[in-house]
Amino acid sequence: MSDPEGRDAIVRYNANERTNHWIVAIAFMLAALSGLALFHPALFWLSHLFGGGPWTRILHPIIGVLMALAFLFLSIAVGKDNRMQDRDWKWLRQVKDVVNNREERLPEVGRYNAGQKLLFFVIVICMLGLLLSGIVIWRRYFSMYFPIGVVRFAAVLHAVSALVLVCVIILHIYSAIWVKGSIRAMTRGTVTPGWAWKHHRAWFREITHATNSRTRTD
Amino acid sequence: MALQSLDIVRRSATTTPPPGVREPSVGPVAKLIDTTKCIGCKACQVACMEWNDLRDEIGTNVGSYQNPADLTEHSWTLMRFAEYENPQRNGELEWLIRKDGCMHCEDPGCLKACPAPGAIVQYANGIVDFHEEHCIGCGYCIPGCPFDIPRISKRDHKAYKCTLCSDRVAVGREPACIKACPTGALVFGTKEDMKHHAAERIEDLKSRGFEHAGLYDPPGVGGTHVMYVLHHADQPELYNDLPADPHISAMVGVWKGVSKPISLAVMLLTAFVGFLHYIRVGRNEVSELDERAAAREAERKS
Repeated sequence: MSDPEGRDAIVRYNANERTNHWIVAIAFMLAALSGLALFHPALFWLSHLFGGGPWTRILHPIIGVLMALAFLFLSIAVGKDNRMQDRDWKWLRQVKDVVNNREERLPEVGRYNAGQKLLFFVIVICMLGLLLSGIVIWRRYFSMYFPIGVVRFAAVLHAVSALVLVCVIILHIYSAIWVKGSIRAMTRGTVTPGWAWKHHRAWFREITHATNSRTRTD
Repeated sequence: MALQSLDIVRRSATTTPPPGVREPSVGPVAKLIDTTKCIGCKACQVACMEWNDLRDEIGTNVGSYQNPADLTEHSWTLMRFAEYENPQRNGELEWLIRKDGCMHCEDPGCLKACPAPGAIVQYANGIVDFHEEHCIGCGYCIPGCPFDIPRISKRDHKAYKCTLCSDRVAVGREPACIKACPTGALVFGTKEDMKHHAAERIEDLKSRGFEHAGLYDPPGVGGTHVMYVLHHADQPELYNDLPADPHISAMVGVWKGVSKPISLAVMLLTAFVGFLHYIRVGRNEVSELDERAAAREAERKS
């Protein structure tokens, strides 16, 4: 495949995957902003973005459930490529080379690197923690069915999971800014062959081999 | 109840000092509930309904004099009836009646848990008051409370509880329940005076064989502005599970304590570390060499 300028381009995410990602991303931003409004008094002003305190309280859990649902589909789509392999542990041990842009020293990376895989698992755990604890502290519909000790624990679990999720999403967003050529994978859906070669060489070899053996005509 | 009282010592979800220029000279107040004098007439419940214009739904008899069955957003005070067969007195039946409602803790767990600025305040006189116009209806005050007091309205989704008639007390009157009590089981005054009064009552009870009579002013929540005189102060659980040592749950402490500002700092730090990395190490770019290498590899494979 080629981009509008006629250069080669490799499809990384199809239109459905991109849509799914951005639904999760938008829901996360809304859930995070409304959640932070209730997290600390210094951020209560964020509740004005949602129409005030009561509206923030009404909308936050609904947005959260939508996020969890959309993430379920996303995790099914990308889950199989996020299994840790031997080379991933080596990659993690060389994290110094990773952050200092010395990729030539790292083992070859498949569709996702070890950092992305860890991020995926941390997000899965946080989403589960947020969803389960969020249902328990959803006073309007569910809290009355749980003993008070469970509600208290759920409130703590919700805050801790949210903190971890916000931090790893900051890292996720930063990584996209840091590693140039990544954002277009989620906007246009394609990356350049050089990007795939540099950052995900094993994946690059896999797909060029597959495409070439399938479409010999070009 | 909202009053422009200017004597607020604590305000929920507020990090700057609340308006507190007025310092009432009488100091903290307290309601003393003498369970040993209570006859269970429920005049206090009726007075509470009357003064606060509250009308609960008519429920069903649950086999006890207790009515309604529980506190609700419309019933801010409730006489709880317990039948106790005292083993020390050959199983003699004791009808332990406790007027339940907000205890007005000196260290209020509801206020600590509340995320809405100004939805819960504590006045200099010790009264803990909900300002429902600021309440967002999240229900966090419920896990915050060690006494299971706040109730969320099913209609307006605001939290309600006993105000200790803050509107009456603010103009120098006693709470409505106090005015209605026919036996003097309910008294109201400064916390100091109420402790003196309780001490006299306890001395009298002890002289009449209630050796464990005592005052319930639990230190775990810094003391309360609603106190009980109990015949069995050594076993408060007898009175429909009045907690022996109430305190704000450690979970709520973790949830609402220093962990919150620390968490905010961690989030900001994460973003700052990213920024530092960008200006110190810098972007990771794909070069023309990478593109050529990729092209060669693709060529080789085909």
